[in-house]
Amino acid sequence: MSEPVISAQSLVKTYKVKGKPDFVAVDGLSFEVAPGESFGLLGPNGAGKSTTMKMIGAVSARTAGDLSILGLDPDRYGPEIRSRLGVVPQQDNLDGELNARENLYIYGRYFGLPSRVCHEKADELLAFAQLSDKAKSKVDQLSGGMKRRLTIARGLINDPRILLLDEPTTGLDPQARHVLWDRLFRLKERGTTLVLTTHYMDEAEQLCDRLIVVDHGRIMAEGTPASLIREHSSREVLEVRFGSERNEQVAAQLQGIGDRLEVLPDRILIYAHDGEAVLERVTAAGLQPITSLVRRSSLEDVFLRLTGRSLIE
Amino acid sequence: MSATRTAQPTLDELRAEALEWGRRPRRRGSWYVTEHMVRAMRAYGWTIVVGAVGQPIMYLLGLALGLAALIRVPVVDHGTEVPYLVFVAPALLVTAAIAVASEEMTYPVMAGFKWRRYFYGFNASALSSPQITHGVIAGAAARMAVAVAAYYLFVWLFGSVPQPGTGWLAIPAGLLAGLAFGIPLMAYAGSLQDDKGQFALVQRFVFMPMFLFSGTFYPLDTLPVWLQWIGWISPLWHGSELGRAATYSAGIAPGMLAVHVTYLAALCVAGYVWGRRVFVRRLAR
Repeated sequence: MSEPVISAQSLVKTYKVKGKPDFVAVDGLSFEVAPGESFGLLGPNGAGKSTTMKMIGAVSARTAGDLSILGLDPDRYGPEIRSRLGVVPQQDNLDGELNARENLYIYGRYFGLPSRVCHEKADELLAFAQLSDKAKSKVDQLSGGMKRRLTIARGLINDPRILLLDEPTTGLDPQARHVLWDRLFRLKERGTTLVLTTHYMDEAEQLCDRLIVVDHGRIMAEGTPASLIREHSSREVLEVRFGSERNEQVAAQLQGIGDRLEVLPDRILIYAHDGEAVLERVTAAGLQPITSLVRRSSLEDVFLRLTGRSLIE
Repeated sequence: MSATRTAQPTLDELRAEALEWGRRPRRRGSWYVTEHMVRAMRAYGWTIVVGAVGQPIMYLLGLALGLAALIRVPVVDHGTEVPYLVFVAPALLVTAAIAVASEEMTYPVMAGFKWRRYFYGFNASALSSPQITHGVIAGAAARMAVAVAAYYLFVWLFGSVPQPGTGWLAIPAGLLAGLAFGIPLMAYAGSLQDDKGQFALVQRFVFMPMFLFSGTFYPLDTLPVWLQWIGWISPLWHGSELGRAATYSAGIAPGMLAVHVTYLAALCVAGYVWGRRVFVRRLAR
């Protein structure tokens, strides 16, 4: 692996809370990101993902540990690091008083780009974000998906070496998500390093070469989506429902069927290499589920296994 | 988008590139924020122009044709006799600057941190949080300068500048007083987590009493001593006194002029230190 563009060693961030012990948002994260890699932080709300992103984005100082972005220490070289980053925050922070094109233009100015370059880049990026026909529209008139795309376009105004995306598709409809993923794929193909946080498993599986699963500010597991699933889950999962009243009771009778059982309030998950075969054993035991579904294991199952909790609660 | 990147650069190359890219924003970032703030004002550009032109015309006409016609005796200010309009005009000019401050240093700051969050957008770029503070101040100062200059022009057209040679100094005096009121207000606005009508309260219980009791319409020493303190702490009174010294050398001792300038400058500096701290802390959270 070539030298990492992001290197974090035992990264810690604590916040002071009046009258209480310090709140530990990030509790000793260590990871590295290679140039051109697409790296994900997966975890539920409050896991410390956004705090980590703010430290990588050189806006929030770390409490302890070592952090190097593009070979520089963010405590000392904040503006220099940020000048080569693109940032897509969780909440859009476009200027609603300006139109779409002006938002891109003025953002380019922040990086010291000459006026002429800002104009050229603004048009290029409006096309990239499929917003050319909305160039003169006030930001407030754009849909949620368009605002997201504009925010991503804005994050690219300086041709960043690393693009940070914090929950890029939260709140978007499926179609808007797919348009966005497509744009991100293109960036990846161009060699831009992507770092993204998400609590959507499908997003992590689609976009990330490698990811860390984070909970309570700590790394629970690390690897490629496929290796994580291989390591922490079975190949397939059988989902059966017996009605919320009966799930618990039936679970006792299912012991020994499949590799592992996970009893959720609304359904039972049975982990096994061959889901269909397990379903046959369930029905052979005289149990008739109301519904049954055999599917491939996903990162959701990995997360459930590692934390005992579902990602979206 | 620019050309496809083929080979990945080495870490040393990336570091050197970042150091190079950071140079301009470090030097000129405050101006970039100012540019943004001024550009955003164009959305309500008409309000600014109409306010800057309409307000002085309205006040000066109202006072010249109304109050000044009624008050025929000259005002005795520090022993100098001047027509009423000449006395009142510098204070109105300073009030215009303070009015701009109470608009530009309140809601746009709340919008930047909370409603639209664009300060966080600035902060994620190559800009630093102190530069954002500077840009907000400079943006408001630019609009203030336009308002004060327009006011001065109309005061002059109304023939109320007996000493045009020094009279123009009322413009920087107005600007200084506007910032002395505005910069601490910006810091306060930045420290608010929610808008619970605090700005309306500032308007009613800070701006209005200041306007009425700061020797705007009559010399401050006309008031009973127990009310004069409002003027003493008010940037409006200090600014007006400087403006009067500029337009008709209102018999103010040089020592007092120094006190006025120092007091206003001290408010600016204290507000700046507070504001910068608020901005840096809030943006790093």
